Amino acid sequence: MSDVVAAGTSVDSGADISAWQTLKRGIEVSPELRQGFWGTVALALLGTAGRVVVPIAVQQTLDKGLNGPDGVDLGFVGVMAAVAAVALVLTGVSSYFMTARLFTTAERGLATLRIKAFRHVHDLPLLTQNTERRGALVSRVTSDVDQVSQFLVFGGIIGIISVGQIVVATAIMLFYSWQLTLVVWVCFLPLFASLGYFQRRLSEAYGVVRGMVGQMLSVVSEPVVGALVVRTHAIEDRTQARIDDSIARYQAASTKAQGFTAFSFSLGGLSGGLANALVILIGIWLGFAGDITSGEVLAFAFLVTLFVSPVQMGTQVLTDGQNAIAGWRRVIGILDTRADLDDPGPDGATLPEGPMTVEFDRVDFAYPGGPPVLVGVSELIQAGSRVAVVGETGSGKTTFAKVLTRLMDPTAGEVRLDGVDVRSIGFDSLRRRVVLVPQEGFLFDSTLFANVRYGDLNATADDVRAAATELGLGDWLEGLPHGLETRVGQRGESLSAGERQLVALIRAHLADPDLLVLDEATSAVDPALEMRIGRALERLMSGRTSVTIAHRLSTAENADEVIVFDRGRVVQRGSHQDLVAEGGVYGRLHGSWAAQQTS
Amino acid sequence: MDGFRVLGVAIRREPWIFTLSTLGSVLFGALTVADAWVLGWSTDHVLLPAFDEGATSAGLVVAVLALFVGVAILRAVGIVARRLGAGIMQYRMQAAYRREVTAQYLRLPMAWHQRHPTGQLLSNANSDVEAAWAPIAPLPMAVGTIAMLVIAVVQMLLVDLKMASVGLLVFPLVTIATLIYQHWSSPLFTQIQALRAELSEVAHESFDGAMVVKTLGRESEETERFAAKANQLRDLGIRVGRIRAMFDPILEAIPSLGVLGVLGVGVWQVEQGNAGAGDVVTIAYLLTIVAFPIRSIGWLFGEFPRSVVGFRRVHRVLDEKVTTEYGDARLTSTEVGARLEVASLAFSYDLDRTLLADLSFVVEPGSTVAIVGETASGKSTLTTLLTRLVDPLVGQVLVDGTDLRDLAPGELARQAALVPQTAFLFDDTVRGNVTLGEDVSDEDVWHALRTAQADGFVAALPDALDAKLGERGTSLSGGQRQRLSLARALVRRPRLLIMDDATSAVDPEVEARILEGLRQQSRGSGSNGSTLVLIAYRKATIGLADEVLFLSGGRIADRGTHDDLLVRNPAYADLVNAYEQSAVPAEVSE
Repeated sequence: MSDVVAAGTSVDSGADISAWQTLKRGIEVSPELRQGFWGTVALALLGTAGRVVVPIAVQQTLDKGLNGPDGVDLGFVGVMAAVAAVALVLTGVSSYFMTARLFTTAERGLATLRIKAFRHVHDLPLLTQNTERRGALVSRVTSDVDQVSQFLVFGGIIGIISVGQIVVATAIMLFYSWQLTLVVWVCFLPLFASLGYFQRRLSEAYGVVRGMVGQMLSVVSEPVVGALVVRTHAIEDRTQARIDDSIARYQAASTKAQGFTAFSFSLGGLSGGLANALVILIGIWLGFAGDITSGEVLAFAFLVTLFVSPVQMGTQVLTDGQNAIAGWRRVIGILDTRADLDDPGPDGATLPEGPMTVEFDRVDFAYPGGPPVLVGVSELIQAGSRVAVVGETGSGKTTFAKVLTRLMDPTAGEVRLDGVDVRSIGFDSLRRRVVLVPQEGFLFDSTLFANVRYGDLNATADDVRAAATELGLGDWLEGLPHGLETRVGQRGESLSAGERQLVALIRAHLADPDLLVLDEATSAVDPALEMRIGRALERLMSGRTSVTIAHRLSTAENADEVIVFDRGRVVQRGSHQDLVAEGGVYGRLHGSWAAQQTS
Repeated sequence: MDGFRVLGVAIRREPWIFTLSTLGSVLFGALTVADAWVLGWSTDHVLLPAFDEGATSAGLVVAVLALFVGVAILRAVGIVARRLGAGIMQYRMQAAYRREVTAQYLRLPMAWHQRHPTGQLLSNANSDVEAAWAPIAPLPMAVGTIAMLVIAVVQMLLVDLKMASVGLLVFPLVTIATLIYQHWSSPLFTQIQALRAELSEVAHESFDGAMVVKTLGRESEETERFAAKANQLRDLGIRVGRIRAMFDPILEAIPSLGVLGVLGVGVWQVEQGNAGAGDVVTIAYLLTIVAFPIRSIGWLFGEFPRSVVGFRRVHRVLDEKVTTEYGDARLTSTEVGARLEVASLAFSYDLDRTLLADLSFVVEPGSTVAIVGETASGKSTLTTLLTRLVDPLVGQVLVDGTDLRDLAPGELARQAALVPQTAFLFDDTVRGNVTLGEDVSDEDVWHALRTAQADGFVAALPDALDAKLGERGTSLSGGQRQRLSLARALVRRPRLLIMDDATSAVDPEVEARILEGLRQQSRGSGSNGSTLVLIAYRKATIGLADEVLFLSGGRIADRGTHDDLLVRNPAYADLVNAYEQSAVPAEVSE
């Protein structure tokens, strides 16, 4: 058992990078996002141009069609409307291409981001050292990326269109009258100025909501996951009170955030109303001076509506943007967390075939910021020998196995396999020659065959059967209702704990390593199955160097040698008999084991 | 339409807020239309006369200002009422349903929980509740839009019939386009939703099995597996994008083309002397501003399928009728352990397979009984019967002579505690996890931790008793969790303690110390003695018991002391020896 409380193994939250840096890093990671960007922007400008067609048409109609020099001119309006219709269709087509391109690049870029982050997670020490935080890692490659995607495609479109619309509307307004343009901008200035303030409040409010949601989901799961505890201790009332409390707090936080959103959204309309009134009044005044026509004033009124909606939408986009940037940051945080182990790759050394010698040379290990777990461990394990590692909980025996299989690198000293420093061995070679069979035989939700083949991807069904037979498990395999095609269920839970171990052993046998490291299971298994596991292990270990993290006396008894750990140091080493005679830590452990055997 | 029926439930439960937000939305809609009217009025009465005559009056200036700004302010009020109202209504419904679902989880018996997968129940309380009430957000907007449409249509008809008929083509066209868009895209959204779940499953599983992946060097294969799903998701996203890319410009072009049509017809009408220039402006403006909100009706319809599914799934839990009946008997709390009696008990989960049959035994106050048997011999089921997590089909379980079914709610928990094999920790501090909210002194907490051999590692935690546990807190090993779970039972000073292989992940040496402590306590000098029932595998644990019940095939195959059974029952001896010895048969040679 690893009673180790993993310390200091955390993932970069990315909280300290600015929004701008996040965007830059994000595009660096997903270069697809840059592809054809300017083309998309050009299309967007063309597309938004379509929105000013209607105001211009209204102006033309009023000035030339209705109030023209020759009075009402139906023919002119007909031609003008036809031209405008063609313009609408053309700009519509360019909108189509803009949106389609945006979706394509965003989705491609995010798929890349997701896959890169996923790959990187597998290199993080956190994954094998701190099992409770795995859920958080999953959400980084799923919902966090989804958040970015939602924003990029929906917010991106609205954002580009909004900005484009404001630019185009301003340009056309300037064309008609710079004075009225100024009036409109002055009306919206307070809104733009307060945007920063509202953004901060909104992002704060939504930050609180996100925190509450996590807390609520966790508490809401209590009556389900902890159903048994709740019932046996009759704490239904307390549980309900905790739930009600967290639900209420989440509700209050959401309502508050919604209030902010509603209020900030309504501001755009206020500015719009004021702008409309002033445009008409100042337009009249300008008209007296002959600077503007009545049609142009009306066109302005339409242009103001073109101004209001992007401002309102833009506010929304900025809020979503805050969330998206936060999500993006978290994903990039993963990529920026340095993997603890460097794979020397194809340049690395390759291990020769055949049983392996293991050498620990003054190895120290400590988790970052934590107390030492291994101190000055120097041990030589001869090729082909069978070694059991024992010690109390927290003595460092599990860490020993992890350093040995290079799941972690020592903080000082060196581990050598066949005389070669493990850090210089290519992962390809290392993972093929050295296999760790973990305590709990984890299986993937698939068939038994697929799970076993994990040890050797080229194995055929016959290879698997042969391997099972070699381990004395042929009849067990035959006895399963669907044989190799048996579905094992989530985490392998359709099989019993013992059966899962059997699958893990066949898998290890197929991998055919030269150094086998076993973390002995502690959970109880049916006696008949226990017998099988024992026999299979025996055959699996033969012809290989094996190191077993032992939790049972019998395992230590049957090993060639026993290495005893105490508080991170090797305190004893020798055969079982010798160590029993010697006493010390092993003598004490043996005493307590023996007491259990006979009581 | 089931979607409307679900909304009906929400409206009946929150009629006032619904009315408020709908009024806000109708106000918004009416004023949006009024805006067009104000513009038209200003054109006809202020703008054009002013341009014609070269002068205007102060009264008219004030009127224009007051009308535009007044409408804008009222509209802003409408927006706030609509959005805030919709938000409040949605969050209230979510909160109410979450409370009801969790209350139901707490009410339903353990047997019901065992029949339903955890993941499903969690999503019932979370994403299903959210999905069910998602349509509340666009609801007031949609209702307001309909109001706005009606007002706009009436106004257009009043202004000019011919222009209106051109304009009126726009609304149905936009509605139809929106519905076609929903029809094409919503199956894709459903697929995306499902694919997201699959992607998350792959990531979960892959990270869960990290040890296997890493030690066998299968990172690339795992990445391929994940990439396959991620790429499927990408391709679906692109397909959705294409559909959207097509409909967005169409939905935008229809009203614009409508305006052009109105301009044409309008000029003709003006020429005929049937309308004024202001009328043309009003109708053109109406079309521009009303067309966009029509989409909110589409958003509402778009939420319906998910909502209906979510609502049904939540109601499957809420409509569940099974409950546990209680009596009103109370037990006297004494200093000695409880007397446990099991009388001709039989139990099965399904009628084809009897799990326990004809079980009768008595555990005297203060004594310790070990229950030994192979897996699936019914041991764990027996512990759930002893703690009334399920009721027997036949026979009785009695504590101090009282049938468990006659006890008042909470009474059994006051007297008995079950320590399960898999420890569950709450998202709370160490203290909270041990006391479970009861008023217990720190001294008593430490005492319980000491007996459970958990005081050492708890004292070493950064905040000791106040250290946060759970997802966002310190991570503990399996053995440490089991010991905390034991301390939680001990702090309650139960008169009957049932341990279901509760120390399986604890080092043998530590386990021995725990059991020693328990034995001293149960045989203790009268104070806080408790009766112990142990499900055990290890000999040391079994050896503790005054009597051993050897369970086989759901029946008591034999009973007696451990030593007696070892000698007289070979099946028993095989079983208990097997666990200790089978790991490596002693005399296997190379």
